Amino acid sequence: MKLSVQGVSFSYRSEDVVNDVSFEAGEGQIIGILGPNGSGKTTLLKCINRVLSPHKGTVLLDGVDYHERTRKQIARQIGVVPQSANSSFPFTALDIVMMGRNPELERFEREKESDLQIVSNAMEMTNTAFLASRPMDQLSGGERQRVIIARALAQRPKILLLDEPTLHLDVNHQMEILDLISRLAREERMLVIIVTHDLSLAARYCDRIIMLRKGCIVSAGDVTHALTKENMAKVFSIDATIYYDERIGTHNVAVIGAIRERTE
Amino acid sequence: MDAVDVASIQKKKFARWGAITAAMAVGLVLTLLISLNIGAVNYPLDIIMDVLTGGGTNAQRQIILETRLPRIILAALVGAALAVAGAAMQGVFRNPMASPYVLGISSGAAFGASLAIVLGISWLPGQFAVPSMAFLFCFLTLFLVYAISRTKGGFVPVETLLLAGIAVGAFFTALVSLMKYFAGDNLEVIVFWMMGGLWQAEWKDVVISLPMIIAGTAILWLLSRDLNTMMVGEEHALHLGLNVNSVRLIVLLAASLVTAAAVSVSGIIGFVGLVIPHVVRLLVGPDHRILIPVSLLGGAIFMVWTDTLARTIISPAELPVGIITALVGAPFFVYLIISRRRKMGW
Repeated sequence: MKLSVQGVSFSYRSEDVVNDVSFEAGEGQIIGILGPNGSGKTTLLKCINRVLSPHKGTVLLDGVDYHERTRKQIARQIGVVPQSANSSFPFTALDIVMMGRNPELERFEREKESDLQIVSNAMEMTNTAFLASRPMDQLSGGERQRVIIARALAQRPKILLLDEPTLHLDVNHQMEILDLISRLAREERMLVIIVTHDLSLAARYCDRIIMLRKGCIVSAGDVTHALTKENMAKVFSIDATIYYDERIGTHNVAVIGAIRERTE
Repeated sequence: MDAVDVASIQKKKFARWGAITAAMAVGLVLTLLISLNIGAVNYPLDIIMDVLTGGGTNAQRQIILETRLPRIILAALVGAALAVAGAAMQGVFRNPMASPYVLGISSGAAFGASLAIVLGISWLPGQFAVPSMAFLFCFLTLFLVYAISRTKGGFVPVETLLLAGIAVGAFFTALVSLMKYFAGDNLEVIVFWMMGGLWQAEWKDVVISLPMIIAGTAILWLLSRDLNTMMVGEEHALHLGLNVNSVRLIVLLAASLVTAAAVSVSGIIGFVGLVIPHVVRLLVGPDHRILIPVSLLGGAIFMVWTDTLARTIISPAELPVGIITALVGAPFFVYLIISRRRKMGW
């Protein structure tokens, strides 16, 4: 399975939000798309799963252009965890996860034994099984996020896209979610793409980093290659360094301070 | 990690759905039989069964089969139609205040009807003049509202639809007022039509509205899984492989068809389409696969009872049923809001 993003551009009105972005990614990888607010991260993510149609460029999945696929076919390949899951309707967690099987079901077909098994597995993987009968509007933010991840997993996707998956979570839940995500990439051989602005989490969990600024790729590569002092200064206007942290056995980012933005 | 027995939870849920549907169906049959018995002359159940199976005197047959039965069946149809359309509209708009009339359809229908009543304009003659104009204007209103809301890329934002519905509705309401002002002797006819009532019910009304209501309801029921995901959020629905724009258009068309069919034979009956789906949601939850059929049954039951009240409460005269649905519906709704504060199923 190979995802290939080729020269993708997207603009709202006449303003370029994503500008000529290209990268390739394969299964089992965790890709972090990093950038400050307004850098086009979420728009890029939406171009990748064709919620938005790129104005220029193409997105190929195993060499096939998305435009040749229906929404349903895309949903069988790509699972998405959007930024906020503010479902205020009392669907139970199980109902929500079960919706992940919709792309596979014919209209009015009942979920088969195999669908129920997939749903049950997805809930166990995300530690949401005990929430099955609870209504979504009574869950905490972290629980809800895990349920939405379970739903994405129930789609049995080859690619998992997450938009700021840790934004509204307590620190311990952030770790829990990202541990789960990296386990999925390794064990299920999924390609995971995470949009985030959290540098430490990206350094710790991602295999490759794509840094965006004003819709353009500033730097792309493995963690130490992309998250350099210069790049972080350029993209985030901060004074920060990356270092190997023995306590966690991987890279970490220390933010030293903000750089006052120069007027250009 | 505790494993969850998804299969047994599902099985229990479907069993519960089956039981509720069966109970409501029995309730509807009983409602129909009892209301058939009530009227200026009360017949005991054995005479009613006698007449229904082909016996009885001519007078009994005339009253029960030609006067009461079509009216009761029509009441059930109209109630079912409005409740189903309301449930679908609330789902597709993710808005608890949505009703079958949310897109200004009722105002459009009233204008169409008043054109026929006051100016005699219609595309069908005689007794079909008013219903056919009401029906036509339901759809004209829908297309107008949809065309206004549609952006260049073919995207139709829900908020814009709601606002356009309010604007177009207000415009038609003003036109209706204008028609009323110049209606002269026909003023009473317009006013009564807009209050909603079934006193002119005949078998032909049943024959006209039944196929449309069945077709529209079937479409909405088939789309119930899609409505579920759209209720969680349109972005979520997209991620789950749904073509949101086309599903929304089909839902609007089907719900409007059902509403138009009801409005054209009964005028504008309020509150059924708003309240019944909420009550049903409290009972069965938000899943449209069960919400739609139970709303259908609940709407039918509610409407038959309120219409029975309408035709008996000041007998031999009668009240427009629209007054009763609001008089009964609004306080009941208030009771629900107070007793289940913030737990209205939304």
